[in-house]
Amino acid sequence: MSERKIDDTTGVETTGHSWDGIEELNNPLPRWWLWTLYATIIWGIGYTIAYPAWPMISGATSGLLGYSTRAEVASNIAAHEAKNSELVAALEAADLTALDNAEGLRRYAIARGGSVFRAQCSQCHGAGAAGAKGYPNLLDDDWLWGGDMESIATTVAHGIRNETDADARYSQMPAFGDILEKAEIAAVVEHVVSLSSDDYDRALAASGSTVFADNCAACHGEGAEGDRAQGAPDLTDAIWLYGGDRDTLTTTVRDARFGVMPAWGQRLSDADVRAVSVYVHSLGGGE
Amino acid sequence: MSTPSLYAAREPIFPRRVTGAFRRFKWWIMFVTLGIYYLMPWIRWDRGPNLPDQAVLVDMAHRRFYFFWIEIWPHEFYFVAGLLIMAGLGLFLFTSALGRVWCGYACPQTVWTDLFLLVERWIEGDRNARLRLHKAKWDVRKWRLRLTKWAVWLVIAVATGGAWVFYFTDAPTLLRDLVQFQAHPVAYGTIAVLTATTFVFGGFMREQVCIYMCPWPRIQAAMMDHDTITVAYRDWRGEPRGKGNVRKRDRAAAEKAEREAQAAGPGKARYPATPYPNKALQVGGQPVATAQAQEHGDCIDCMACVNVCPMGIDIRNGQQMECITCGLCIDACDDVMARIGKPRGLIDYIALSDEAEERAGAAPKPIWRHVLRPRTILYTAVWLLIGLGLVYALFIRSDIELTVSPVRNPTYVVQSDGSIRNIYDVRLRNKLGEDRRFHLSLTTDKILRIELEGNAGRLNVVVPADSTVLQRVYVTARPQDPAASADTTDLRLWVEDIESGDRASRATTFNGRVQ
Repeated sequence: MSERKIDDTTGVETTGHSWDGIEELNNPLPRWWLWTLYATIIWGIGYTIAYPAWPMISGATSGLLGYSTRAEVASNIAAHEAKNSELVAALEAADLTALDNAEGLRRYAIARGGSVFRAQCSQCHGAGAAGAKGYPNLLDDDWLWGGDMESIATTVAHGIRNETDADARYSQMPAFGDILEKAEIAAVVEHVVSLSSDDYDRALAASGSTVFADNCAACHGEGAEGDRAQGAPDLTDAIWLYGGDRDTLTTTVRDARFGVMPAWGQRLSDADVRAVSVYVHSLGGGE
Repeated sequence: MSTPSLYAAREPIFPRRVTGAFRRFKWWIMFVTLGIYYLMPWIRWDRGPNLPDQAVLVDMAHRRFYFFWIEIWPHEFYFVAGLLIMAGLGLFLFTSALGRVWCGYACPQTVWTDLFLLVERWIEGDRNARLRLHKAKWDVRKWRLRLTKWAVWLVIAVATGGAWVFYFTDAPTLLRDLVQFQAHPVAYGTIAVLTATTFVFGGFMREQVCIYMCPWPRIQAAMMDHDTITVAYRDWRGEPRGKGNVRKRDRAAAEKAEREAQAAGPGKARYPATPYPNKALQVGGQPVATAQAQEHGDCIDCMACVNVCPMGIDIRNGQQMECITCGLCIDACDDVMARIGKPRGLIDYIALSDEAEERAGAAPKPIWRHVLRPRTILYTAVWLLIGLGLVYALFIRSDIELTVSPVRNPTYVVQSDGSIRNIYDVRLRNKLGEDRRFHLSLTTDKILRIELEGNAGRLNVVVPADSTVLQRVYVTARPQDPAASADTTDLRLWVEDIESGDRASRATTFNGRVQ
């Protein structure tokens, strides 16, 4: 044992280490601090044994407690679903047109439908449901196949012109390029333009009206107001799915259009189909 | 030479009981702060049938904070942030003006340690008895006293942990559930953790928490200067210190030395060794060999200041990191000074800048001249500014809360008749305990029509008690109206409580069709 060495200036014990006459003071750390450090190390080792931690060649040690973040997410989702099971059951049984009387259920349906929409529908119809060329805008009051709750639900469940669902809404506009002369197409386009615009060639449009009556009125109607039973658009309004200028109309008449939508009833749960229908109906155009 | 141990065990501290002005002040603060802490959750406050009736409640599950008549929702968290900033600035202010008063009087660690010491003294006796007990063998008496003390500590610790959870849910309900073992495991877990920390920190760690765990002692040096009032020892008055017998011996030696010096003639004086070197013994580097100079100071080295210190330090060594400025040494020393007929204040709250003046025999500056200085005035000004801002924000808070967010995807919708429609998400909050019916309308200098989603032409919205409703609002311009073709049109959405007539509004814009 050596004698204690005290630094004169500070009155503090030194460790006895000296470099060029400079001595190291010893202000000892509390011993409980050291034990705390050891305790955290032991805790750390225990933690890596209890939980997934050590990387191996393929994968990692799984931990004695069998914990996994994926399993936790799955159980959280399951717990969430269980918590909402009453609402889901009510949604599946509800008369969608009478949801206004069940304010809470309607709000739940809109919230759920909104998340379904953003995940499944926004790729074509846009996150804001404003659509795009060929993909209908769901915010306006114009509907090809009907805008009441039941029609929307049918459209969502079975889709449009797909091959997978026998109940899908189906219609086919002929490609009039094979049927009409170019001049006749130009005339009928002018007639269609005249239905919703003031800026057109009167003579040409007048000749087009005969072509229209002979070829188009069967589906689009005498007054060109469309027919929802066949998904034939109203040609007199301000809304165009593909475009209302002469070039686009000419292409439409000559080659026809064939928009397809999947049958979501095959991919989504009944509750999701109903929820997304309520959501779409609530966007502004619902009838 | 081997290295000495780099780790040291805790030296137990046995603070002696003390009476005096600062001790009384500390008792009062303990009484008030603990009273607030334990009783606050039990105060009831009627908010109507749909809201909790607890005066102070942090309702995490429903994201509500209730404080008497004030109710804070998550979007108003700036009130809490402002209070936290005020608490921080207040701490800066007090530290720069009065040193570590927070540490000495109000810090929970100090208050609960004080409470635990009270229990310890009550069960095991005062300092000397506790010292003896500490050194005694573990016999029946020691076990009995220790177990009694620990049991009382544990009761206090459980009550402390228990009081905490009552702030987060309805207290009477939770107490019933806790007693019937039906409360949520989180409640039991929180109580267990806080019981353990209270028991260990208050009973066994005590000053170790302040010295080694708390960052505040290290930070506050930045806020203190020579005008900060701290606990200090007037060494110019106290030194050289000495007990009675030492005093007699030294006085005799000094008188003898003076006689010898006079007998030997100038330049031949010898001096007795004093226990502590002191500058007063020298004038201009020359020793003064008079009995007057060898006179002892007021400190009789009774160690009363050390014995009462909960941090176990000697304040006579000057300001040090461990000192929490609790003032107990002042009380202890004043008591001794009164008994030996000396003026109080050998240990006192003084500013370091007073030292020079006092040494020169001048009176110290009055306290207010130490406290009032640019730093403290600035802290106070900023503190007040934030405080007044918060109070102002609290009183201008509208009873009707609404936000209007225009839907910008898309910016407008063309209807089949060529009308232009804009969509707005209007969020209405009802903080009251009953349902409220609101009427929505708009004002603008152009022609626009307002409709509510899912509301069949009606413009009224019912917002249930204590909840938020998101209402989709449509504003439409007919094709021939100027707003349909204008780039933007200003408009203002109004919300009116149908019963009370209170109104609130938000300005927004209407987008016309892109030409």
